[in-house]
Amino acid sequence: MRAALLIAGKDLRQRLRDRSALLGSIVVPLVLASIFGLIFHNAIGGRLTFKLGLVDQDRGPAAQAFVTEALAPLERSGLIAVRREPTLSAARSATEQSKVSATFVLPAGLSAAIGHGHPSTLRVLGNVDATIDTQVAQSIAQSYAERIDTVRIASAATGATAIGLAQVAAVPSPISIADSSTKSRQLDAGTFYAAGMAVFFLFFTVQFGISSILEERRDGTLARMLVAPIHAGAILAGKLLTSLALGFASMGVLAIATHFLLSAHWGNVLGVTVLIASGVLAATCVMALVATLARTPDQAQSSQAMVALVLGMLGGTFFPVAQAGGLLATLSLATPQAWFLRGIENMTGGAGPGAVLGPVAAILAFAAVTGALAFMRAGRLMAR
Amino acid sequence: MAARKPVDAGVKDARVGSPTHGGVLECRDLHKRFGDVEAVRGVSLQIAAGETYGLLGPNGAGKTTTISMACGLLEADRGEVIVAGRPLTTRSVAAKAAIGYVPQELAIYPDLSARENLGFFARLYGLPAAAATARVEEVLAVIGLAERAREPTKNFSGGMQRRLNIGIGLLHRPQLLILDEPTVGVDPQSRNAILESVEALSAEGMAVLYTTHYMEEAERLCDRIGIVDLGELKAEGTRAELVALVGEHDRVALEGTGDLEAAARACKSLSSVRAASVQDGGIQLIVDSARSVLPELLRTATDAGVAVSSVEVDEPDLETVFLHLTGKALRD
Repeated sequence: MRAALLIAGKDLRQRLRDRSALLGSIVVPLVLASIFGLIFHNAIGGRLTFKLGLVDQDRGPAAQAFVTEALAPLERSGLIAVRREPTLSAARSATEQSKVSATFVLPAGLSAAIGHGHPSTLRVLGNVDATIDTQVAQSIAQSYAERIDTVRIASAATGATAIGLAQVAAVPSPISIADSSTKSRQLDAGTFYAAGMAVFFLFFTVQFGISSILEERRDGTLARMLVAPIHAGAILAGKLLTSLALGFASMGVLAIATHFLLSAHWGNVLGVTVLIASGVLAATCVMALVATLARTPDQAQSSQAMVALVLGMLGGTFFPVAQAGGLLATLSLATPQAWFLRGIENMTGGAGPGAVLGPVAAILAFAAVTGALAFMRAGRLMAR
Repeated sequence: MAARKPVDAGVKDARVGSPTHGGVLECRDLHKRFGDVEAVRGVSLQIAAGETYGLLGPNGAGKTTTISMACGLLEADRGEVIVAGRPLTTRSVAAKAAIGYVPQELAIYPDLSARENLGFFARLYGLPAAAATARVEEVLAVIGLAERAREPTKNFSGGMQRRLNIGIGLLHRPQLLILDEPTVGVDPQSRNAILESVEALSAEGMAVLYTTHYMEEAERLCDRIGIVDLGELKAEGTRAELVALVGEHDRVALEGTGDLEAAARACKSLSSVRAASVQDGGIQLIVDSARSVLPELLRTATDAGVAVSSVEVDEPDLETVFLHLTGKALRD
């Protein structure tokens, strides 16, 4: 153990002198988490409010029903904020100036046309730079039109000639806003990218430890250590300790830094600590296995980078791929990163450390399998 | 292919007295194969305390493979290695404590200082912290790097890095120092410093196993020399013994004025002179050992009435021996 600590101490000293290591382990993840957090704040779990305009040229019951039955519930939920515009030109101007993202135009005679079953048009003016917002507005308008169609078909079936607006209001709204249980476990953008970038770069941070055996073999210092009166296992243990120490330090610093700088909510301290520890172990074992497959340090580093990138992307560290569903969501479960993020998600809303037990078990399973394979191949790394 | 011709496996070093029983290093019938290539074939050698043993052979002769087994870096397919009385394998710990190893290539950490490099290996070799600190300073002084001990070694010249490379092997005062071609790629000044260091260590009683393909290094440093080629130890012994083995003798040419024929006859009567004749206005002599007989030759020639104006000595060297034993030049 003494020899392993000596080797780990020497490795850490070397690593700390390498400024690029500090950049890759701490600075870059922090910067990327900040950038992604800002960019995707509204797209991933952020408080989302679409600013929409309304021009009521009809002023009849149909327009009133649209406002009270279609828009008001969404406005109350906070999903949209409606700004009334007096004229069409004012609405155009507000939309073009991005005061609103899209504007509903309720034309004059809308109520009369609906009442007599005549065609009419509910238009949406959209800002070209706000395509998502415009699509949301179009969906709201479409849903209202479908409600009218539902009533119209029902009226035709019963032989009625005119549509009562009360009937329109009585049809259940196709758009409903509900706070589901999964919603409450979704990470906000700041936390998602803090955890995502931390665990993504963790795999790059820990690669130094094991792959440095290949570097030492190339540089002749491994031979020197193998001739020393120590067990060869001590060298391997020292390298593993280096990876674990670097990984744990990197994750710890990032968790604390993003908590204070990006308001990331990592969750229960004990739970996060256990999750980070298991994540660091898994990352070390995965990268160790990849290193044992390489012949040279360059081969090891490029292979490890590719594996880290693929696992990171698949594991949803850049985008929440699990939300895409289907095969991608299933595949993402084959990565420690996905389970790590799931562990953080499980702790949102004040859950205790017990919430991470499932993800930790999955991550430790990765560590056990890859670690065992790496151990079986470790002798190859030490061979001259 | 010449069969191995052992000359005197038990030759003792006159400078340091008798070797310890069994020697500091004993290699017995070592074999090592890499795929289809049999790199080492039945090499046996023994080195006593205070003795410098040179493994002389061309690149690819099996020198590095032999010493890799001798220092526990490589497992022999067959045969055994005994270091300081303990059997050595790649998994041995106690036996390795007796070995100092200086690899052919630089094996230092360029981003650590000389002091940090030495400190790390000193602790790895089991020196307690305080003893390691003291020993590091001693070694820094010995290798002449005390003034620049705090600098990262990547800033060092090649010679300084070489000195540090050797210094690491000396940290724990090993009984056996193994140097694998330590002067390859070294400037003449640093090379001389390295050779002087090895001579000093041997004089202190350290057993040294030195591989080289430089004949002059082997002749200068080594008490005994093993000639290696194609994985086999072709012959071993002192330089004189190896030369005698192949039937070569020293030649001495004396030039001067006077009765050269009388002087030649007088010289021929000396016991170590095998032949003497007058040729080209000088006396040509074939002797057993030119260095030892030369004063007597000069005195004899002078007594015979010859005023000697020049002396030329031609000693058969290890290159000659190597050529004789292997049928090829050392640097082929």
